[in-house]
Amino acid sequence: MKEISLHILDIMQNSVTANADLIELIVIEDEENDILSFSVKDNGKGMSEELLASVTDPFTTGRTTRKVGLGIPLLKHACELTGGGISIKSKLGEGTLITASFVYSNIDRQPLGNMSETMHQLITSFEDVDFIYSHKVGDKEFFVDTREFKKILGGVSFKENSVSLWILEYLKEGEAELYN
Amino acid sequence: MKSLAELEAIRQKVSHGVNMRKDDHATRIVVGMATCGIAAGARPVMNAFVEEIAKRNLEHVSVVQTGCIGMCRLEPIVEVMVPGEEKVTYIKMTPEKAQKVVAEHIVNGRPVKEYIVGEND
Repeated sequence: MKEISLHILDIMQNSVTANADLIELIVIEDEENDILSFSVKDNGKGMSEELLASVTDPFTTGRTTRKVGLGIPLLKHACELTGGGISIKSKLGEGTLITASFVYSNIDRQPLGNMSETMHQLITSFEDVDFIYSHKVGDKEFFVDTREFKKILGGVSFKENSVSLWILEYLKEGEAELYN
Repeated sequence: MKSLAELEAIRQKVSHGVNMRKDDHATRIVVGMATCGIAAGARPVMNAFVEEIAKRNLEHVSVVQTGCIGMCRLEPIVEVMVPGEEKVTYIKMTPEKAQKVVAEHIVNGRPVKEYIVGEND
């Protein structure tokens, strides 16, 4: 993966596959403490202890069509390259929390990349799922709760052309504001 | 700055037309977005389709994602399904190619031969 935001897209799809209907993403860029971290918390079906123990093994996958799954192993590798790591907590029937941290200044740390594209894609592709997204850079924060959008839209789809474009622009502006 | 008030205005504008959409007869653009697709660049490709469709305000065209299509080395893979026509599978897509597919295939009805699987892999 060229960007951390691509790992985030990939990992959050696991939550969708686990039938979560509320997914919370927190991204923190903390240059002062030299850490870039993100966490994904979902209320999906969770994992058993056995599955949890083997989930960073590429030969573990939730898929039935093939015997390999590379999403989590790739993320783990990317974190560890920088001196960081991942942690996964999960309980059957309750959900999963995955946290990934990178050493901010490490030369091998990928750029965070295009978060607005990642969020736009998730929000518009999985309308039945509610997303809470918080992105902190230093003491600035950009916060989105898609339940607010839904309340305003009252049944109008996120896929509606003008709505989809608005969401993309809203995300782009919010992200840009963080670095101003 | 975009505001939630704008979203409210958009809702009022589109909400009366929503029920008119017959999405079962829609053209579907399906982008492979498993780990392999994402790593190969599927996200900007999907984004290009979504933006191009939205900017041209094409109705009855939906862009959706799917898992691994099974030919990981040819990702990003995009399938275009136009009702009444055979499915077309495009491989090794880029955002630029996506724009061309929208213009040529979706709008003008002529699949872009050079991007189709089997033509150039």
